[in-house]
Amino acid sequence: MSSSAKTRKEKPITTLSSPTVGVDKTGFWRTFRPEVDGSKCTRCTLCWIYCPDGAITREEDDSPKIDYDYCKGCGICANECPVKAITMVREGE
Amino acid sequence: MVSIKELSKEEYLLKGHIACAGCGPAISLRLLFKALGNKVILVVPACCSSVIPGPYPFTSFAVPVQNMLFEATGATASGVVAALRQRDIKDVTVVGWAGDGGTFDIGIQALSGAAERETDFIYICYDNEAYGNTGVQRSGATPYGAWTTTTPTGKKERKKDIAFIMAAHRIPYIATACPSYPIDFIEKIRKAKEIKGTKFIHILAPCPTGWRYDTSKTVEMGRLAVRTGVWTLFEIEHGKFKLNPPSSRLIDRAKRKPVKEYLTLQGRFRKLTEVDIEKTQKWVDEDWERYRKLASNQ
Ligand SMILES: Cc1ncc(C[n+]2csc(CCOP(=O)(O)OP(=O)(O)O)c2C)c(N)n1
Ligand code: SF4
Ligand code: SF4
Ligand SMILES: [Mg+2]
Repeated sequence: MSSSAKTRKEKPITTLSSPTVGVDKTGFWRTFRPEVDGSKCTRCTLCWIYCPDGAITREEDDSPKIDYDYCKGCGICANECPVKAITMVREGE
Repeated sequence: MVSIKELSKEEYLLKGHIACAGCGPAISLRLLFKALGNKVILVVPACCSSVIPGPYPFTSFAVPVQNMLFEATGATASGVVAALRQRDIKDVTVVGWAGDGGTFDIGIQALSGAAERETDFIYICYDNEAYGNTGVQRSGATPYGAWTTTTPTGKKERKKDIAFIMAAHRIPYIATACPSYPIDFIEKIRKAKEIKGTKFIHILAPCPTGWRYDTSKTVEMGRLAVRTGVWTLFEIEHGKFKLNPPSSRLIDRAKRKPVKEYLTLQGRFRKLTEVDIEKTQKWVDEDWERYRKLASNQ
């Protein structure tokens, strides 16, 4: 199933689709950007489990790291963080 | 009980998928893979989940997926299970992953047939209470009073009780879940995996696009659905009905929040009158009376 093809033209003719990270650069959809205050974060990992996009990864010490290439800015992480360690900041500010 | 930190960091719904921001079904898909890993074959009919992975020739699913016609999830899953048996492959779980339209409406005969054949698979209906993929039309799962593009003044009929329709098939395991309660969700899927036969899991998966609320409120909406009793977490295991926490603590009506708190946060219920809200409250209370009796009989 895996294939290194990057475009339709390079793909062999098949009905199979290849698992690919970054089918779309969904970070461009974002209006508000979540920012984590590491000094407040208790590393509960709730923001990680609730992210619809898998755009939050857990570091070695369980602190969250946001991948802005793919985060759509939905704001669920900021809404769910029990200690309000995440704030949504308008892009461009 | 597993804890969130014990869950794998591996992702099989890859970054860059094209679900709307704040999509409840996308959270549910991640939780499905946290529960089962990648030893799965998904059967996905036409629905948001066939669009979320993105267009051919790429996909954000890092597991084998059989995309199928809107109506045929149950039948296809039976075929996949038969093929695996023929090849003596025993360590792969077949999961039907269908929307509410594909389950309550057009897919119900194929699902009913698979259940009657006792096909050994997990059927998961992720319920966003409308046809999301095609732009929010009513389904048999859309609740009373909800706006959709085909119910512009609010739906006049009630939602089907699909879990109990499946209970009438006498399958060994039925459960409800909601991504707002990830541990309950994952444990139910893992339990279903260990049981032989047809397992049915009904997930309330809030959809900001169809329900008309802010994208940041998806998890909160699921939580409110449970706390108001509009959604109930339960299992029917070999015919035995059991409420799960936190629903099991809400049998007493005074413990439940008024349904109004849930309804008024969503734009789709904007046209509900006080009378409609009272009606909904009454129906919820009647459902709970039934759950109370079922739970105390066991
Ligand atoms: C036979 C048939 N009728 C209609 C359609 C168009 N169609 C594709 S998906 C869909 C709605 C799916 O709704 P649901 O099952 O609730 O999943 P959701 O999109 O909400 O995730 C419809 C009507 C189709 N693909 N096939
Ligand atoms: S939810 Fe808040 S406290 Fe928990 S890991 Fe995320 S940022 Fe840290
Ligand atoms: S319409 Fe709803 S269920 Fe479909 S992708 Fe958008 S948020 Fe998710
Ligand atoms: Mg739907």
